[in-house]
Amino acid sequence: MTEAIDVEGLIKRFGKVTALDGLDLKVRTGEVHGFLGPNGAGKTTTIRVLLGLMRHDGGSARLLGGDPWADATNLHKRLAYVPGDVTFWPNLTGGEVIDLLGRLRGGLDPKRRDDLIERFELDPRKKGRTYSKGNRQKVALIAALASDVELLLLDEPTSGLDPLMEEVFREVILQEKRRGDRTVLLSSHILAEVEALCDRLTIIRDGRSVESGTLDELRHLTRTTIRAELTGPVNGLADLAGVHDLISTDGRVTFDVDAEALEPALKSLVAAGVRSLVSQPPSLEELFLRHYTRGEAGSAK
Amino acid sequence: MTGTGKLLRLILRRDRVILPLWVFLLGILPQVYLSSFEKIFTTDAERLDYAHLGAANAGFVALYGLLPGDSMGELVVWRAGFVPVMIGLITLLTVIRHTRADEEAGRSDLIRATVVGRWAQLAAALLATMLGSLVMGLIVTASMIGGGQPAGGSVAFGVLFTLSGWIFAGVAAIAAQLTSSARGARMIAVLVLGAAYVLRLGGDISAQGDGRLEWLSWLSPIGWVQRIFPYGANDWWPAVLGLLFTVASLGVAGYLLTRRDLGAGLLASRLGPAHAGPGLSSPFGLAWRLHRGLLLGWTGGFAALGLVFGGVGGSVVQIAESSSGVADTFAKIGGAGSITDAYFTSTAGICGLIIALYAIQACLRIRDEEQSGHAELILGTAVRRTAWAGGHLFFALLGPAVAMAVEGALAGATFGDFGPVLGASLAQLPAVWVLGSVAVLLIGVLPRFAGVAWGAVAVCLLLLLFGELVEFPQWVMDVSPFTHVPQLPGADFTVVPEMVLVLIAAAVGGAGLTALRRRDIPA
Ligand SMILES: Nc1ncnc2c1ncn2[C@@H]1O[C@H](COP(=O)(O)OP(=O)(O)OP(=O)(O)O)[C@@H](O)[C@H]1O
Ligand SMILES: [Mg+2]
Repeated sequence: MTEAIDVEGLIKRFGKVTALDGLDLKVRTGEVHGFLGPNGAGKTTTIRVLLGLMRHDGGSARLLGGDPWADATNLHKRLAYVPGDVTFWPNLTGGEVIDLLGRLRGGLDPKRRDDLIERFELDPRKKGRTYSKGNRQKVALIAALASDVELLLLDEPTSGLDPLMEEVFREVILQEKRRGDRTVLLSSHILAEVEALCDRLTIIRDGRSVESGTLDELRHLTRTTIRAELTGPVNGLADLAGVHDLISTDGRVTFDVDAEALEPALKSLVAAGVRSLVSQPPSLEELFLRHYTRGEAGSAK
Repeated sequence: MTGTGKLLRLILRRDRVILPLWVFLLGILPQVYLSSFEKIFTTDAERLDYAHLGAANAGFVALYGLLPGDSMGELVVWRAGFVPVMIGLITLLTVIRHTRADEEAGRSDLIRATVVGRWAQLAAALLATMLGSLVMGLIVTASMIGGGQPAGGSVAFGVLFTLSGWIFAGVAAIAAQLTSSARGARMIAVLVLGAAYVLRLGGDISAQGDGRLEWLSWLSPIGWVQRIFPYGANDWWPAVLGLLFTVASLGVAGYLLTRRDLGAGLLASRLGPAHAGPGLSSPFGLAWRLHRGLLLGWTGGFAALGLVFGGVGGSVVQIAESSSGVADTFAKIGGAGSITDAYFTSTAGICGLIIALYAIQACLRIRDEEQSGHAELILGTAVRRTAWAGGHLFFALLGPAVAMAVEGALAGATFGDFGPVLGASLAQLPAVWVLGSVAVLLIGVLPRFAGVAWGAVAVCLLLLLFGELVEFPQWVMDVSPFTHVPQLPGADFTVVPEMVLVLIAAAVGGAGLTALRRRDIPA
């Protein structure tokens, strides 16, 4: 079994709204997989289908080799889920919730539980209604992380956590990763977190996967910004396919270039004679913004 | 208070069906009593008989209050004596729904973040509720004058209804500031209402005997408004007392509002255990934690009801023995059988209807859990949907049974006729379960309309209130499952209708559960 999650052509409709429209998602066993997309893209819906909470209208979904709807109860013994928007019962304490969810999942490691409570600096004696947003998130995280499961489904798990606690979360996930047999699906809007944790990621928009691969592979798909000071005039750069937004003023050129066109572009610069050169890889933000908005921009072109 | 007007319009829009409905139905109820009394009592003598019975019968006094005179108007006021409790219940629920419940759901953050004053939300909720009560009172006054009753008494009668609403709107306004959960606020306000009813009841019954405890009624806002005695004394100063109480409670609520943060309550929560006890390891264990408070509250309340109903039963017997003419009249009004039988039939029926509220409340917990996202947490673990829902349904089935058994047993024991009285109470359960199963069906099939289940109880209540007066066709009466419950202890126990009710409950509830297993959660 090399794929913990295997989703193909998934379709989910809510009345007239098509929330998932042929979504593909493949998560390999043992990897931390980033799951990204703008608000309303369908991340939560996908995770709910994977949990057998919702039925899909088309396509296929496999989870840990089973059918998420039909085998839900058995599969859930092997996974833990942190919902995006966590609320708890007002009269149960955080500690009680952690124990309850762990037991319902089939048991949790008490040592690990206490260790996590300490690391996340949680007071487990408070009642559900008195926890702040961030502290509720911690309770759900500890409950999920304290169980020894194969798969973690985390839906924006760090929303509301302060930077210090975010750091703790990253450490814990990296530890898990080192074990090598735990798979994590991490939906997130925090790019630094994705960059720090994820082996591979899938970007979705409007219920469809628009990109999937390692960060480097995705970077490869986007443009690099080049700034150069030249000793002579440069020829043919403007006509080169893959060169965009070229500005050249007395010996200085600035342009964006697609990965495929990088080599010919550099060659023509070298031919002109280079005094200095700065090459800036696409920032993560640019990468995502491009993917998030490509629909509108792409269709306009 | 900036923005109160806008919020008021928002509330009126949200409640555009339910608000006019209760205002009109409760407002018109006295007129319905009036016209039916005019039909039943063809001679003055008959009416006087009924009045004397009512004035002397502790059972009636317990339910409706004191009856100081025997004019037609006074009879109607007295017969509508339970209505102030219903008005109080409706107004307190309305106020809490538009204040604390909104705040808990986070809607208030959005509202208060816009240009809206600190008090606007509370003010708008109170205005809507109090205006509704006022219109209801005006309907009472107008329809009673229209029915040929004296104007002075009719105005006093309208004031009685309106004030009942205002007082408990005030109570709810305070309760909504105390806790951070709408559930808690409702509990506090309903407790106050229940206490007001029981105090009134105790004081009034004492007033019939040696009167040593009559002052209890003066501790109860319901006691005050009833002591206006429309069409008789037409006393104004109990009304002033009620008005002062309303103003004072609004002041207190406003003051408390300034003393707390948005989302918080004044009653602070204590710390609890850091580890879960061994019981909290199954869906059932969780359901017990979520339902035990409710179960305890309802059982306690029904224990008190049982003691009162049983204790009062004795004086019903005395009256039956002392005057045979009275017994005839009673039979005419209250149904077949002996006076005590009819008395316990009606107390059991009332209890059944009230406990149906509990059954529905317990069933709707399933939907609450779904909407709050708790269901997703539980169903994300290795818990089957049926086990999750079953935990709640267990309490929806057995909770009412426990409460009714306690009520029936205590009523039977205090009255001295244990078995039959207990039986009358338990006989209501199949009908209660049918109403509960309607809630389950809605949760499964039309989750967004699950709240309509409350309407089912309202329909049964209206059939009970109006049914004996307006002569509905039988098929209309048959809609209420309570129509099919054998009239114990007077009548024979009939197995077949009870079995049919149980089967209906099982089928309807089963269909709801099946639908719940197949649909999206949350939906
Ligand atoms: N129960 C539902 N009924 C109707 N529409 C729904 C339901 N749940 C989700 N949707 C719709 O499906 C689409 C996808 O929503 P989803 O919650 O999966 O997005 P998301 O990627 O998780 O967004 P976010 O980043 O804001 O959490 C949205 O258009 C949403 O309005
Ligand atoms: Mg989401």
